Amino acid sequence: MSAHPTGVFEPKVIAYVCNWCTYLGADLAGTSRLEYPANVRIVRLPCTGRIDFNLLIKGFEVGADAILVSGCHPGDCHYTSGNFHARRRWILFRQLLDTMGFDMNRIHFAWISAAEGKKFQHVLTDIVEQTRRMGPYAAYSKICEEVSC
Amino acid sequence: MSRIGVFVCWCGENIARTVDVVQVAEASLQFPGVKHAAHYKYMCSEPGQSLIRDKILADRLDGIVVASCSPHMHLKTFRGAAQAAGLNPYLVEIANIREHCSWVHQDKAKATAKAIDLVRMAVAKVRRNNALQAIKVPVTKRALIIGAGVAGIQAALDIADAGYEVVLVEREPSVGGKMAGLSETFPTMDCSQCILTPRMVDVGQHPRIKLYTCAEVESVDGYVGNFKATIRQKARFVDIKKCTGCGECWNACPQKKIASEFDYGMGNRRAIYIPFPQAVPARPAIDKQACLKLKKGVCGICAKKCAAGAINYADQDQLLEEPIGAIIVATGYQLYQISAQQPTAELSGYGEYGYGQYKDVIDALQFERLVSASGPTGGVIQRPSDGKEPKHVVFISCVGSRDNAKGISYCSKICCMYTAKHTMLYKHKVHDGQAHVFYMDIRSGGKNYDEFVRRAIEQDHARYYRGRVSKITEENGKLIVRGADTLAGTPVTIEADLVVLASAMRPATGSDDLARKLRIGYDQNGFLSESHPKLRPVETNSAGILICGACHAPKDIPESVAQASAAAGKVLVMFSHKEMQRDPEIAKINESTCSACFACVRTCPYQAAEKADVRDRAGNLVKRTARINQGLCMGCGTCVAVCPSKSADLEGFSDQQIYAMVESLL
Repeated sequence: MSAHPTGVFEPKVIAYVCNWCTYLGADLAGTSRLEYPANVRIVRLPCTGRIDFNLLIKGFEVGADAILVSGCHPGDCHYTSGNFHARRRWILFRQLLDTMGFDMNRIHFAWISAAEGKKFQHVLTDIVEQTRRMGPYAAYSKICEEVSC
Repeated sequence: MSRIGVFVCWCGENIARTVDVVQVAEASLQFPGVKHAAHYKYMCSEPGQSLIRDKILADRLDGIVVASCSPHMHLKTFRGAAQAAGLNPYLVEIANIREHCSWVHQDKAKATAKAIDLVRMAVAKVRRNNALQAIKVPVTKRALIIGAGVAGIQAALDIADAGYEVVLVEREPSVGGKMAGLSETFPTMDCSQCILTPRMVDVGQHPRIKLYTCAEVESVDGYVGNFKATIRQKARFVDIKKCTGCGECWNACPQKKIASEFDYGMGNRRAIYIPFPQAVPARPAIDKQACLKLKKGVCGICAKKCAAGAINYADQDQLLEEPIGAIIVATGYQLYQISAQQPTAELSGYGEYGYGQYKDVIDALQFERLVSASGPTGGVIQRPSDGKEPKHVVFISCVGSRDNAKGISYCSKICCMYTAKHTMLYKHKVHDGQAHVFYMDIRSGGKNYDEFVRRAIEQDHARYYRGRVSKITEENGKLIVRGADTLAGTPVTIEADLVVLASAMRPATGSDDLARKLRIGYDQNGFLSESHPKLRPVETNSAGILICGACHAPKDIPESVAQASAAAGKVLVMFSHKEMQRDPEIAKINESTCSACFACVRTCPYQAAEKADVRDRAGNLVKRTARINQGLCMGCGTCVAVCPSKSADLEGFSDQQIYAMVESLL
């Protein structure tokens, strides 16, 4: 991810989103011209159920300062139940990451539907602002050394 | 793959205004594997597509990235262009630099940097795309239509007349919807029932239309061409096959004062009733909330009167399954509730208009029943409180519509027209009466529409005041309407006998639940979302599910009917093929590494992951493995995430592709 020319810290945020709700919510933010910080890179997946949580670690490995996982609201999944699997897996994985020493304030989970362009704008703006206050995620390399990955 | 073409679209100024497209194209030439990069004003246009085709052929490109709008918009278009040049359509990726970049960022440097990143990710992905072939599946040539108002009826008849079976599901005891209750229709003033009831009869008698009334869609499984719909046939307590519709039962029913839903409470019905005389099917239903036999176990007169033995008090809801190929949703609208009490927290009501408090303040659909020849007064205009003929009637438009303070920002589109119609219908029946209209703007776009409004003003002398009404109070049997005429710059007070509120249109109750069942989108107001507002106006983002009528947005009868025929046309296109092509972006299992733990079998929402045996040529069992049924897999990828041996992968979103995208950001 290219650094901002001014040298000011610009958080890098990677968003793993599902194709049917949050991706379309982001599209709606676009068609409604709802501005949000340009720090996010969206990775489109069919469903949050597809998200292998190693992708979160991979995100930090490439220098992300925060990560968002977002999909359809519970009950609204395009594939009936993928987001429930994602949620269940996340509950387990979260404890693991926590134990490993990951900063849980840098991992965000949201439900954003195709109708919620405004919510997408707000969630992204909040994440970027919060991450900006926290500064770069330098501690990640320390975790790497400890668990020697 | 190493001969990637990158094509950056300006989208006129939509992208080029905030993203330096030239810089994006130049930067992408540096990405590994990129052979060629170009930019053009409108990539989706024919010259744009031909540029892509020519470059694929000239440079023997083995993958392309189009940096343009959302893949939901034009991925199909560019896949088509690639295919035309002999490139497998699944070797195309989109970098969304419009909706996700140029439209949401102002800073050109930041937006350009982001666009470059998005292209880099797409290039990293497309290098790992596989050439895929569409999967062919058979099509069940039967359509399910949900809602039997004028839109559903039109779509059902179009499809059935073309020779295909239709399953039409209506929640009320009769087809006809809102239109069956209207008096006369603008701008021709033809009687609503005269044009609709013959179509209703056609639906009831059509050999290829299977009609379910008092029924709702319980669930829908499967996918385009091969849906399985479960329909809840609610207990009607009358066997409509035995019933002859003679009317002995409802004439004898002692429960006479039940407010009629069809008349919006302006008239009464019995506990066993047909909603209106022209109902299709012309068979009664029992209202279990009102029936003494069902509530208290007494009475039972209707069963005694029924010579056909059609009454069945023990009737139960039934769940019925129907195989379906395509679905049309035509669930229509309801009126915004004017009173202070609202169904959701986002909406608020108009306490100041006294609706629900003063009997002579009614809404537009109630007025329709009041002027309808088939209405509770037989078309004689009598005010609800004392039955007197009203001499001054005030019509207020935009009640709810275009009022952010009440939670509805949209225009309901039809109110200007039907308010003008109401003033004319009123004047034609009460010659010495005066109609007054308070309006915000008159929106009468449409064939012969503005002429119609002028007629109401010039020939029938309706008085129009441009302004809002602030309060309605009741004094000595009169409704005191206080408003403003902003053109004259004066306050206006009218002593009215009747007030009619043109309340906003909202999607029908439960349409959001239905949308969730069908997995189709709806907007913040609850109206169902089309796939593209201009190019795919009746399609949804779920293949094989279409929408028409007022469930999509407020619209009038001609538009609803046109849209219904459009949706039917789309279904017929689908049914004209023997087989359908399905997206091949589905899961696959590497059987040599599969450890047969069957985590995928347990998690697959479609039962597409199956247990299978691998055998040698002699038929001896080598190992067990999981296997994907290509006909059932929808491509969600849940199996990929749960597979502990990394044997499951998803075409189009493989681990390699996704990880490469993320790694490209390093």
